[in-house]
Order: sequence, then C-alpha cells, then structure tokens
Amino acid sequence: MVGTRDDKDTVNRRGFLAVGVRAVCGAGLVALLAAVPAHRRAGAVALRPPGAVGEADFLAACVRCGLCVRDCPYDTLKLAEAGDGQPVGTPYFFARDIPCEMCEHIPCVVACPTGALDKGLTDIVEARMGTAVLVGHETCLNYLGLRCDVCYRVCPLIDHAITLERLHNERTGKHAMFIPVVHTDKCTGCGKCEKACVLDEAAIKVLPTQLAVGELGKHYRLGWKEKEKEGKGLIEGIIDLPDRMPDPPSIGPERLPGGGFKEFKP
Amino acid sequence: MSSPAYRPPARAAIEAKGWIGANKWLLIRRAAQLGFLALFLTGPLLGTWIAKGTLAASLTLGVLPLTDPLMALQSLLAGHVMETTALIGVAIVVAAYAVLGGRTFCSFVCPVNMVADLAVWLRRTLGIKEGLTVDRRLRLWLLAGVLIGSVASGAIVWEFVNPVTMLHRGLVYGGLFTWGAALATTAAVFLFDLGVARHGWCGHLCPVGAFYGLIGEKSVVRVTAVGRDACDNCMDCFTVCPERQVIAPALRGKDKGVGPVILSRDCTNCGRCIDVCTKDVFRFGTRFRNSPSDALGVGADAGPADTIARAS
Repeated sequence: MVGTRDDKDTVNRRGFLAVGVRAVCGAGLVALLAAVPAHRRAGAVALRPPGAVGEADFLAACVRCGLCVRDCPYDTLKLAEAGDGQPVGTPYFFARDIPCEMCEHIPCVVACPTGALDKGLTDIVEARMGTAVLVGHETCLNYLGLRCDVCYRVCPLIDHAITLERLHNERTGKHAMFIPVVHTDKCTGCGKCEKACVLDEAAIKVLPTQLAVGELGKHYRLGWKEKEKEGKGLIEGIIDLPDRMPDPPSIGPERLPGGGFKEFKP
Repeated sequence: MSSPAYRPPARAAIEAKGWIGANKWLLIRRAAQLGFLALFLTGPLLGTWIAKGTLAASLTLGVLPLTDPLMALQSLLAGHVMETTALIGVAIVVAAYAVLGGRTFCSFVCPVNMVADLAVWLRRTLGIKEGLTVDRRLRLWLLAGVLIGSVASGAIVWEFVNPVTMLHRGLVYGGLFTWGAALATTAAVFLFDLGVARHGWCGHLCPVGAFYGLIGEKSVVRVTAVGRDACDNCMDCFTVCPERQVIAPALRGKDKGVGPVILSRDCTNCGRCIDVCTKDVFRFGTRFRNSPSDALGVGADAGPADTIARAS
C-alpha cells in the first residue's frame, strides 16, 4: 500500500523533527555535564558542621540528607551546591556569612542519623570545625596600632582561644600594639571572629585546621620540652665553655686629634 | 507502507472506561509522588514539619527514620557503619519494599519518574523512535560498579551523581531553582530519555532502581494478567509499559503453562497496563495466586474478568 502524498510529508516532517530533537538533546546533555564542574566560584572556605568526622570518612558516612541543616537554629548550615567547595549536597557553612553559634546541645550532631557528625561530641567547646588564623598582618587594625579588638571580644572562648599580646609599636616608638593571637589547641573554628571582623575582607579567617596549622616533622624533639619531661638535662656532664662574644663595635669613624675623621676622603 | 497514524495508547481505554477509569493508577501514582514530596515541603513552606531530610535519609514526625538501603550499603562498603537510627530506617524500608514490590519506589515515590514520564510522553507526541538500544542489564553492572567504587574510593560514590537524591534535595531544599547540580542532573536525565534512549534512565541505567528491584525480587504485591484470555492483542500495555519485557511471559504464558502473575523484578507496579487495557486483563494481586488455573477463562464461572478487576 502506498501512502498519500500528505502522509509521506507528515512522516518526513516528523522524522526530521525527531532527528532534530535528538541532536539537540545529545548536545544539551554534553553541555550540561560540562557546565556543572565549570560553574565554580572562588572565595570563602566551606567549613564542616561541629563533630564532623575527618573528610575522608565524612564522604563514607554522610548521605547528604540535610537533617543537620534542618535542625540548625541559626540557619548556619547549608547543603553545598556545585562551586561551594564541598561535594554537592554535603553540609557546610561559610563563617563570614553565618558562623556557628556553638549551641550547648549541638542539635546538628543530634540530628545526624548516620554518624557523619560524631555523637561522641557532647561538649561544643571540644568541636574542631577549623582554626582561625590572623592572615591580614598588614590590614588588621590592631596590627596598625588601633584598639579594634572585635575578634577577641566576640570569641566565645575569649582569653583562651584568642588572647591579646602586647608588643611595642615601632612605628610611633611610644605606643603599644595589642596583637590578637589564636591558640590552636582551644579554637573551635566557630568563625565568630571572621564574621565580626570590621574590615571589608576579614583579616582573621577560619581555615581547615590542616591548612591553618603547620606540622613538625615526626622526628623533631624540642629540647626544652624533653628536658622538662625528664626533669633534668638529657645529656649529663657537658662542659659549659664560656661564651665568646664578638668585640663591641666602635661607634662611628675615629676622630683625629687635628679635627676631621680618619679615612675621610672628600 | 507508511507507519500508522499516531494513536495515544490510552484512547481506546478512555472510550471504554472514561477518562478517570483509563487513568486511575496514573492519577493515584501522581498523587502519591506529589504527596510524598508535600510531606517534606510542609515544613519549609508552612512551618509544620512532617518529614525532614530527603529520600536518602529522613525522619518523619520526629519518630520514624527511613534510610535508602543502597546508601547504607555503599556507606558500609566504604568503611562506615551507620548509627542505629539509620540502620532502623534501612530495615523499615527494606521490609516495606520486600512486600510491596521493590520498584514500587520508582513508580510511586521517586520524583525522577515524573521527569522520565514527561520525556516518554514527549517522545510519543513528537514521534521519536526507540533510539539507542541499551541492554537492560546494564543497570546491574552499574550497580556493581557503584558498590565496587564505594569500596575502592571509601566514599558513597553514587551520591556524586545520583539524580534521584539530587532532584529530591533540589526540590526540598530549593536548590533546584538556582542553577546548579540538581537542575543539571535532572535535565540530563530528561534529555537522555527524550533524545537518546527510550526509558533510558529508569529502565536501563539507574542503579538505585536496580537495587530496589533486587530487594523486591520475591515481593508479594504483583500485577497479574489474570484476565489474559480476554486479551485482544491491541498492544497498548506494551506501548505504555516502562519495562515492557516483563509483560509477555505472564500475558502470553498460557500455552507454556506459565501463571498469569508478572514476576519480573523489573516491573515497577505502576499499574499503567491496568489503566490502558480495555479488556481488564490486568489487576493487582499477589505472587501466590500464580498457577495457570488462576487466570480467569473467558466466560468462566468466576464471572467476567472486569468485575474482578473493578473490585480490586
């Protein structure tokens, strides 16, 4: 049976349409898959919620359900989108946007059904979401000799996680500088300091602890600490020879009795 | 010979049973899919929390934990033993689908189903033919790959791409509406199903569906071609079925002495075959009534097949 001319045209048009749709779909598919990783933004460091197990274990444990996000009373936690710096769907927060308020009962940890947030964390002061680092030594107002102190004041562990250390202000010669110093053994990485920093771009930032804190070679021993541990010198019977110091430098060129200076050649 | 003019597969059924009758299970399914979604959305939209979380893991009314079993298995293989809450959730989900049919998840719960159905509807409307032929067992290989990948990488690997949770999370947490991974993944599935392979994602590749299929391998609730003697070979059920390979053994099994129940784990229990059949060949039943004699003969004492089907 032969179809009428109209039938044939319809079939051809449909066939052509189908091929077109396919081509568009195929191209769109490739474009989409390429677009997701390309769609990235630089900027802040995405921190994990309190109690998060180490990053390698985290991706084995977190099912990206967002129950921690739901139970965060301050809307601190978010689920990552492509480009936020964490795998899509995993919980994170940007300290500069909304820092962790360090809830006493840690509802995010309680909500986690899988153990990606470790229920062993019951005291929020023990949390280690990251470590604050004063990165802006040239912009921090306290480094410039002012008394901003905001990061220090807002720190939930004031005088423990951040202290102010007094230094001489060499620029003025007569003032003091109060330098905020983070103590990495106490800092929870809550990010309140970063949030509160008055600069346009925070001078103090919370970084993943691994990035923030250096690590000594495993074979390093600090002599003074070892000595303290031993309660005595590590090597007995060392003869302490007198220290030989260099001669004191002469002040200025030598003056000649007849006026003028020695070795002065005009 | 030119191909026959396009005929929507449900047209005959609509004429025979009315629009509602010809779309009953489709409507129930859409209601279920949107209903399950609504449970997650009352909280963020209205402030009344019913279900929290996503299809990966959720907590309903503060007491009922549910966890995706494939997620838990990947996590285990990646070296993490989940906490009790999540494991209880796995047990409940596995128990439910082991009875109701594993892939009932795919047709009644999974939000990707609506995307896939839209693609297949557009395909029919635009007259796009089969396209790429993909082996349906590929999903099992993909599943195996996902499990091996979890061991090798120490991470729940499928979550880096999983369109099911990407879309659900995107809907529940709003990420779908900002250009991002949820939209891209969903659009990719749609385009793949529309332009590359018919029922490409859900019917051939999705390892989540494949895993639910394995859970429901021996599930109780099944579609049964109980009125198969009345079949007039209109082929509408084959046209609408997302897993059409499952129908023939039950529907055409009489001569081989095969029972009328669709036993394949691939069947999604979507009930669309029940909807479009003008002869009321299909209905929901159990796997246990599956001797060839359980099929109703035409004019048998059991009464006309349609009475039984309507009563179900």
